[in-house]
Amino acid sequence: MSVPEEHRGSLWNVLTNVGVAIGGAIGLNALLRTLRGQPEATPLLKPPLAGPAEHTPREEIVEAVVAERQHSYLDDGYTVRSWLLSTDHKRIAILYMLTITLFFFIGGIAATIIRLQLVTPQGGLVQTATYNRMFTIHGIIMVWFFLIPAVPAVLGNFLLPLMIGARDLAFPKINLLSWYLFVFGGLFTTAAVIGGGVDTGWTMYAPYSSLYSNSQVLAAAAGIFITGFSTIATGVNFIVTTHTMRAPGLTWFRLPLFVWTIYATALIMVLATPVLAITLLLIFAERVLGIGVFNPAQGGDPLLFQHLFWFYSHPAVYIMILPGMGIVSEIIPCFARKKLFSYTTVAIATFGIAGIGFLVWGHHMFVAGESMYASLLFSILSFLVAIPSAIKVFNWTATLYKGSIRFQTPMLYALGFIGLFTVGGLTGLMLASLAVDVSLHDTYFVIAHFHFIMVGGMVMAYLGGIHYWWPKISGRMYPELWGKLAALTIFIGFVLTFLPQFVLGHLGMPRRYFHYPPEFQALNILSTAGASILGVGYILPLFYLLWSLRHGEKAPANPWNATGLEWQTASPPPKHNFDATPIVTEGPYNYQPEESERDNRSSEESERDVSATPGR
Amino acid sequence: MTSAPRLVGEQFDDLEQQQEACSLGMWVFLCTEILLFGGLFLSYAVYRHAYPQAFHDASHDAEYWIGTSNTAVLLISSLWMALSVHCARTGRRKLLLLFLALTLIFGLAFLGLKGLEYYLDYKKNEVPGINLPVTDAFSRQKEMFWTLYFFMTGLHAFHLTIGCGLVALILILAWRTGYNAKHYAPVEVTGLYWHFIDIVWVFLYPLIYLPGRH
Amino acid sequence: MTRKLKTEAPSRVTSFPLTRRAGGLGSLALLLACTKAKAQEQGFPLGPPQASSISTRVDAIFYTELTLALIIAFSVCFLVVFFCFKYRHGSRANRSNPPSRNAKLEVAWIGIPVLLALIFFAWAARTYFDMYNPPPGAIDIYVTAKQWMWKLQHPEGQREIDALHIPVGRPVRLIMTSQDVIHSFFVPAFRIKQDVLPGRETTTWFEATQAGKYHLFCAQYCGLNHSRMTGWIYAMEPADYERWLSQTQGEPTLAAQGERLYEQLGCSGCHGASNTVRAPTLEGLYGKPVPLSNGQVVIADDRYLHDSILLPKLQVVAGYKPVMPSFKGAISDDQVMELVAYIKSLGNNAGRADPRLPQNAVGAGAETTYQQQSVKARIK
Repeated sequence: MSVPEEHRGSLWNVLTNVGVAIGGAIGLNALLRTLRGQPEATPLLKPPLAGPAEHTPREEIVEAVVAERQHSYLDDGYTVRSWLLSTDHKRIAILYMLTITLFFFIGGIAATIIRLQLVTPQGGLVQTATYNRMFTIHGIIMVWFFLIPAVPAVLGNFLLPLMIGARDLAFPKINLLSWYLFVFGGLFTTAAVIGGGVDTGWTMYAPYSSLYSNSQVLAAAAGIFITGFSTIATGVNFIVTTHTMRAPGLTWFRLPLFVWTIYATALIMVLATPVLAITLLLIFAERVLGIGVFNPAQGGDPLLFQHLFWFYSHPAVYIMILPGMGIVSEIIPCFARKKLFSYTTVAIATFGIAGIGFLVWGHHMFVAGESMYASLLFSILSFLVAIPSAIKVFNWTATLYKGSIRFQTPMLYALGFIGLFTVGGLTGLMLASLAVDVSLHDTYFVIAHFHFIMVGGMVMAYLGGIHYWWPKISGRMYPELWGKLAALTIFIGFVLTFLPQFVLGHLGMPRRYFHYPPEFQALNILSTAGASILGVGYILPLFYLLWSLRHGEKAPANPWNATGLEWQTASPPPKHNFDATPIVTEGPYNYQPEESERDNRSSEESERDVSATPGR
Repeated sequence: MTSAPRLVGEQFDDLEQQQEACSLGMWVFLCTEILLFGGLFLSYAVYRHAYPQAFHDASHDAEYWIGTSNTAVLLISSLWMALSVHCARTGRRKLLLLFLALTLIFGLAFLGLKGLEYYLDYKKNEVPGINLPVTDAFSRQKEMFWTLYFFMTGLHAFHLTIGCGLVALILILAWRTGYNAKHYAPVEVTGLYWHFIDIVWVFLYPLIYLPGRH
Repeated sequence: MTRKLKTEAPSRVTSFPLTRRAGGLGSLALLLACTKAKAQEQGFPLGPPQASSISTRVDAIFYTELTLALIIAFSVCFLVVFFCFKYRHGSRANRSNPPSRNAKLEVAWIGIPVLLALIFFAWAARTYFDMYNPPPGAIDIYVTAKQWMWKLQHPEGQREIDALHIPVGRPVRLIMTSQDVIHSFFVPAFRIKQDVLPGRETTTWFEATQAGKYHLFCAQYCGLNHSRMTGWIYAMEPADYERWLSQTQGEPTLAAQGERLYEQLGCSGCHGASNTVRAPTLEGLYGKPVPLSNGQVVIADDRYLHDSILLPKLQVVAGYKPVMPSFKGAISDDQVMELVAYIKSLGNNAGRADPRLPQNAVGAGAETTYQQQSVKARIK
């Protein structure tokens, strides 16, 4: 068993190395070349497209910026050193973006191998041991090295200071440190993959992980442990920044919802991550020193591990989805040209989710041997945590009512998010129902459920956000047609991949199965077929976004004619974000659907509005 | 900008904002720390509930007098720390240096006593995984106490070591530049951290040394 | 299809009022059920067979929730698409006074989901309660899980590996433990699943309603051959089951093996009926309250017996000295189970273990799983 496996390990090794090399080379090279190509890249600020007159006080600032012709943050140095030692939150966000993209594709390769393996009931593509390593790596990489940092560390880092009118985060050096911790942790985990892989599943249940597994649990756990401190550092930074560095006039209830969700996310990061850290430390000690806090043979309790693990990992799910909700709450009002329906409720619901989210971890353990009364409590709380999410969905839907809706790429992603998140949330109700969960627990139903939330929800929102703020980040417009094509491909591929898995789970196919009974094959083939479409969908943006860095149209300061402070400064923003500290005099999302229509009609003859074509 | 622009990070408007941010940052960080210890406290609670007798017996073997003296040492060190912050705020440089030095000495004294205690534990064959004899189920349960004991006090001592390092750093900075009513955030932030370490010990002490004493 | 619904009816009694309350959902749920049955006929099943007494009750909840979920999801999607079409940029729709609040609407869409959530919670919890507590008179099957096989033993002594024969129409209780890592006993057709933990006993139960051959899966990831840790449950008509029992070479019953072990280990030297000076007698002990030296009184259930063999010093009977040695490491898990079975049989007059347990054992054992249980020998 071990010889062919090493063989495969080395193939994997080569794959990752090539991946790292290609990814790094393309990313850095393209970035640096682009930047060198346009040393005076500061775009001339066009006045907002359909300039409604609602921002008069802020427009003066915009003009001031134009007058100064500042250098953008991208022109603050072209050396590798100027990037790797930068404490500018915008540059650190770019660093994060490159890193997590790399990890996303590593996790994606693992997912591809899993799906290909499952085409036939008896497998044949890889060995059992390799398969177990693939789903473990897929889980670990996607959870800790993509989903958790994706929106907070990339978009949150880039946007939080811009949205609250600050020059930077409160602790820029800690921000840079957190990226290095992240990379360092990532290296440990990559080392674990190259050194033979981990086969515990991302949940690393004791005593399997602490005593029985012969794989690289230590290196993987060390990687996650270190990355945890990166998360904590980011969380502390965001909380302090939101509290102390808001621009004058920017009261709490004038904050954009993205800031609210990032703030709630940061709270969870700070309060949940340390518990994971100590748990991993105990697993570490168990493997190295032979002490047995979770080992029943030594008087330990394996359920304690599960409690501690889920006390972190359930709130961590909200670390992943809350910022996604924040993005959707930004995109929908902007492209519907309408105030967000019931802003205050959405803001409070965010905190409802974050708060109750801490009290539902036991719903992962209904059949693990916890007491029946504990299960009852966790069940009812799990039902209740769904309510704030439902409120948000209803509010987004109501926002569309009487709007003036355009269907650019970010909006397509946001609408896709609503649909997929709704399905994911509703299937969560079945899993919260005690009697039903007994049979659905640890089956593909659960897999489908959380992929609808995590991939259908979070990744859709992340991509929507990337497209929405791409002009701000890069100073270039992405190609709209390709953007729409990719959004549709991802949506279709996603549904095809994961809808059959609900049925599989209901039929009883357990998760993490290498072999499965032949009657499940048809649905598995369907799922794999969908995954291939999904894979294409994910690769598309990589290409056209990189292409746009050089060839994209130059972006104006406010291409979407959106509200929010980040659109009041140049694209890309100058090093210190704002030339003069902005002063805020009104709440967010002050959009007027009727004005948008009126402007459209007056300019209809002069300029054909490409974006008004419905996307689907 | 204020009178001392060099001290203000360029992301901040003024010293006051910076001070507020630093202080809040430390508070938030301490919340994280509470939950870091929280996982261990929970484990302790679970196992003490499961094995009351073993925890009682094992606790009886813990070095009661060292634990108690250490409690006194650490509490007094917190007093010195509080006085240091006060002196920094009122700009009394000499007193500040004195109190910081006292804090550092008491902190090191705690670590010294802790080291002695670990040595005695080792001599008494109480280190799980090294020399703690495990013969039957009951000794397994006592082993759990010692495991948690070393984990909790070890993590605490690790924090205190960092604390001592911070105090030493502040001491050097105070000696070189001094602090004043406008600029004393580093002292205050270190103080917060120091008091936190103290409070953790206040919880550790009864959990470790007192179950066997009644 | 109709035949199936008819057979469901009697076991559904408790869930009827709630289903009825669900009102209009009924017809849609029926449509779903029809689709499902049709698909099943075509050889493309959309749901697992309903082969146990609770499976129909669980499915009633599942399909009602599914129906509701579909209604909500379609309504949301319909509204999104409808608004997107009607209020697309450039359309001539009326956009005057766009609302950004509506208190009544919001109360409704917060209140109704909360209400629905509570109803489903109560319904599912009620069913779960019955799934958790086995009815009296269950057949006790002892299950030992290890990487990567299931070992099962009948009360009559028959041992099986990765297969279990059980009669239709009688409750079966599984008393399970693991020798290494955590496993999970999962039979989709019966809608049961229970993790199997090392160093601790967990139980679950089912009552098969349809004869047939059903999948047994390990649902908790347990290492390399996790997906090979599968087996079959053979639900048989009672007569067939009796025939199977008599034809299968039964090893001595658990209790008989326990008795032999009891003599071998010299337990009778102290616990013998004639000698109560050093140790309490064990006859009639099972299920009775036992006063302990620390003043507590515990019920002598499976867990107590199990612990008393492995950790005798933890709970010493009042009036006795803690002189009994621990048998931890000296005997295997299977052997502890045999001893416990023997001691249980002593409480039942007959020398042979009765498959029907005294009811109080169930009541006492049901709520103890969460408590930290005994440690056990480390399996090399």
